[in-house]
Amino acid sequence: MRVLLVEDEANILEAIRFILSRDGWEVMAHGTGATALSEVARVRPDVVVLDVMLPGRSGFDILRDLRAADETRTLPVLMLTAKGQSRDRETAMALGADAFLTKPFSNAELVETVRGLLAEGAGQGGGAV
Amino acid sequence: MSVTPAADRRAALTGSRIRERRMALGRRQGDLAREVGISASYLNLIEHNKRRIGGKLLIDIARALGLEPGALSEGAEASVFETLQAAAAAQSGPAARPETDRIDAFVGRFPGWARTIAGQHRRIAALEALTDALRDRLSHDPVLAEAMHEVLSTVAAIRSTAAILAEDDGLDPQWRARFHRNLHEEAERLSARATGLIQHFEPGPGGGPAAVSTPEETVEALFDIAGHHFPEIEAAGAEGIAPVLSRTEGMEDGPTRALAVAALTDYAADAARLPLADFAGRAAEAGFEPEALWPLAPGDPALVLRRLASLPPETGVPDFGLAVVDAAGAVLRRRRLAGFTVPRFAPGCPLWPIYRAFGRPLMPERAGIEMPDGGRFATWSVSQPGPPSAGPPAMRATMLMRDAGSGEGRAEPVGPGCALCSREACTARRRPNLAG
Repeated sequence: MRVLLVEDEANILEAIRFILSRDGWEVMAHGTGATALSEVARVRPDVVVLDVMLPGRSGFDILRDLRAADETRTLPVLMLTAKGQSRDRETAMALGADAFLTKPFSNAELVETVRGLLAEGAGQGGGAV
Repeated sequence: MSVTPAADRRAALTGSRIRERRMALGRRQGDLAREVGISASYLNLIEHNKRRIGGKLLIDIARALGLEPGALSEGAEASVFETLQAAAAAQSGPAARPETDRIDAFVGRFPGWARTIAGQHRRIAALEALTDALRDRLSHDPVLAEAMHEVLSTVAAIRSTAAILAEDDGLDPQWRARFHRNLHEEAERLSARATGLIQHFEPGPGGGPAAVSTPEETVEALFDIAGHHFPEIEAAGAEGIAPVLSRTEGMEDGPTRALAVAALTDYAADAARLPLADFAGRAAEAGFEPEALWPLAPGDPALVLRRLASLPPETGVPDFGLAVVDAAGAVLRRRRLAGFTVPRFAPGCPLWPIYRAFGRPLMPERAGIEMPDGGRFATWSVSQPGPPSAGPPAMRATMLMRDAGSGEGRAEPVGPGCALCSREACTARRRPNLAG
């Protein structure tokens, strides 16, 4: 199963990539918001892990576009934010995020959430592109 | 002219103050009255706040009591009275029922306590205003939101990385070294970001961030924020310094500003000697290797190192670190590099090439070094005389650093400084490793 990780902090990206790879995922990483949509189209992931604050384009904007396109409307998306305000969580959920984690999160929490998204996506008939 | 306290509280309070001062001096009412040319009964009326006082008489009485007239004038007491009124109004609940109809008497009889309570009320009001401002910042300040995001992102990286290191016993040594290095980088980043965050909360004289750090740190932050490159100065020389200072917070402080001007003047002098338009192209052609650029600055290799560390952050330009120290080891200038930071206040590692450069003046040396976490860096070091002085020249050493990845062939084992270094058996160690 393939997960696309959109995160601009190099060391978080490396840690998450390691954690998910160890869990058996094929992890693709992308560091900017501006070209994240084309990366989704290219990589065709089963799950997207999307940071909220990204250079070029915010995670919210990317999520909005993912939900507006037929191909990615049901693609499971986990949003990451360092701003723990309930406002961010509400925004993410209103835009169609499937899950939301606030930094700093535990590695186990991340793995369980991503696994859960895939299970939910499979249950709904698949969320992959 | 009879006045009531309600009609003119300020005059009433002035009378009480005259009485208080006279009694403190041990002077008789009659004596003071005679000195200022009024009857004792009239002074008695004044002191009991039954006559208004002002003009020449107030000046004469103040002089006779050894005070400035302003010390007896209405302003202070009126301010106290109004502040006490506000303090009373701010109280709520059945237990707090200040006798607002007797504020005059209270101020008159206990002026010191009245001023204390008024001062406390003003302090509380100021703190409440500050609290409101900080709450507003937390909710709406985009700079703070970004700073918080950066701090929490760094903490997230540290937490995830530390968990991997702690929980995965079978971790490949290369991955382990890599994660150790990431941890170090993030710890440095967290330190810088936390410092910035604290500064953001400190109200300065103009409402902006205050200089909570030393002038050296503030000037360093100026360079860090600019990426150690100032287009205004590159284009206009020393005339570009003023625009840089005007757009930078924290430069109001005299010593900080003077230090910044000196550092930027040095920068302008460097830019004039090796103009960016020519140097950037030459550096790129040389693959940003200093050795090929020494001919551009005969007798001044340190200039080449400083200019390489001042190149604009463009594609292809390596991420350089820089350190300039004097012979006493004090850091005069530094540009931090992830994984290899020259500490400003703590001693560095005595094995760093920058220190041995003092033994070979004007002889640049390239050296590969390796940190205990496996991070490798290419370094170029040289020492030269500093600015002219009356006595022997004060030497300065300059070191340029660049991440070498897995390259650099033979690399000398060094550390981040004894307190943080895990090379327990190092013969250069001068103090225990505090990091465990």
